[in-house]
Amino acid sequence: MSSATAIARSPALPFVLGVGTLVVALAILELVVSLGLVNPFVMPMPTEVFAALPRLIVEEHAFQRFLLTATEALTAGLLVAIVGIAAGALLYRFVLLRQATETWVAAAASAPTVLLYPLFLVIFGRNSATIVAMGFVAGLAPIILKTLEGLCTTRSVLINVGRSFNLTPSQQFRKILFPAALPTIFVGLRIGLIFTMLNIVGVEFLINFGGLGQLINEMADRYDIPGTYAAILFVVLVSVLVFILIERLERWLRPE
Amino acid sequence: MDATAAATASATKSGTERSAAAPDPILSVDRLVKRFDTREGLVTAVDGLSLTVAKGEFVGVIGPSGCGKSTLFNVIGGLIEADEGTVTVAGQPVNGPHPAIGMLFQDESTFPWRTVIDNVAFPLEIAHVPKAERHDRARHFVRLVGLDGFEKRYPAELSGGMRQRVSMARTLAAQPEIMLMDEPFAALDEQTRLLLGDKLLQIQQELRQTTLLITHSITEAVQLSDRILVMTYRPGKVKRMVTIELPRPRSSEIVSSDEFGHYVARIWSDLREEATKGLRDDEAHLLRGQHP
Repeated sequence: MSSATAIARSPALPFVLGVGTLVVALAILELVVSLGLVNPFVMPMPTEVFAALPRLIVEEHAFQRFLLTATEALTAGLLVAIVGIAAGALLYRFVLLRQATETWVAAAASAPTVLLYPLFLVIFGRNSATIVAMGFVAGLAPIILKTLEGLCTTRSVLINVGRSFNLTPSQQFRKILFPAALPTIFVGLRIGLIFTMLNIVGVEFLINFGGLGQLINEMADRYDIPGTYAAILFVVLVSVLVFILIERLERWLRPE
Repeated sequence: MDATAAATASATKSGTERSAAAPDPILSVDRLVKRFDTREGLVTAVDGLSLTVAKGEFVGVIGPSGCGKSTLFNVIGGLIEADEGTVTVAGQPVNGPHPAIGMLFQDESTFPWRTVIDNVAFPLEIAHVPKAERHDRARHFVRLVGLDGFEKRYPAELSGGMRQRVSMARTLAAQPEIMLMDEPFAALDEQTRLLLGDKLLQIQQELRQTTLLITHSITEAVQLSDRILVMTYRPGKVKRMVTIELPRPRSSEIVSSDEFGHYVARIWSDLREEATKGLRDDEAHLLRGQHP
């Protein structure tokens, strides 16, 4: 085997290639900005963004803000998962309820719920509760819809196996319908939690309260463009964290 | 009375008889009628079908596509209700799924999120058998279907034939008095089907499991059964009951014997007439632009 094929077959290759692509893209960006082809007030040089990170951590308490945003995201995520899955199961169980509300839920999934923030400000005040509530509202519809879809598309032979073993309705749900629907439910969780994350950071920004969203707001207000982008990197970190958690949870709940 | 004697007793009357009686039956189906509401009006799927199965007996049910075989399977299994007639197990009427009846389905029915051993232990888990004990008992059935060594694997890692054996072991683990199977090997290739037939024969001979096998494969029916019920095309009725007097224990080698060929030819001559009706019916539907 030649060394070229050995490299081509290496399991580390996709990772190396991915990181390499990012590095090359950043280097091109660096070059473009330093040559003055792009206004540095629109897009700072990547090296300046990385240089702003220590400042953000020391002076702006970026880690505490990261923790606050992550806590809000996890709280909203947990709430939206519990309520969304339960509501999906209810709509599956009661056909009339499903027929009556499914279109509304689907409409709500594409509605710009972030615009409701003044309402929530009035109800909860300018605090974390408003942010969590906004995240919750944004992520709910896709989770309900995907849970419903997962339950409805469970293969009828699996349901019949359960019936042939005389399962109670609760056993039928816990042992067959729910695990069969899990992969689709997780698709819903991924979509829903993206909306939740967007809304949490967005509302932090809008009401100038809380963690990373507020930090972005403040950095932008000060025209600290590298700082703004560096704060956005922390937001990316929160979503990476949330998605790693979801993946772990799925593998634990449904190994195969 | 043992199954062979029962089969011999009914053999003397076979051929002309319309009812299909076994002495001292554990399962009996009496004048069963099932109709379905379709776009073309009420269709009678099964019409006045009677059948009995003795303890330890292996009965095959064969018929052309659309003869109501699967309807019969679902009614006996208690998954759908009959319009007329009764199904009884050891004298008790069947209304809904009956614990004495184990079902093996045509479609792939393993739980993909459970390992082989947890699939097989499923009915024991439902019966609240403690984990260590249910795994011990499940392991026995895994071995019985020849899947030892695969206990920790997931269905996605197995072939279609192996998955169907997992389902079979799962049904057997509930230790039903009657095993009801609906074309369990239909989705598999011919060679796997013959070998799985061997496995089934071996299991049946070991457990003396009362079995009702629905199939459209004549060789499969003759290879496995003590008696074969040939059904008519829609509405499904008993066309003939054929007693298979091939010696037991059997294996797939029996397929090459003269007697085997004789039974296959005889059943085919009955079935051919019905299958032709079915084909003509389908073609007539297509001519009228409807799906059969």
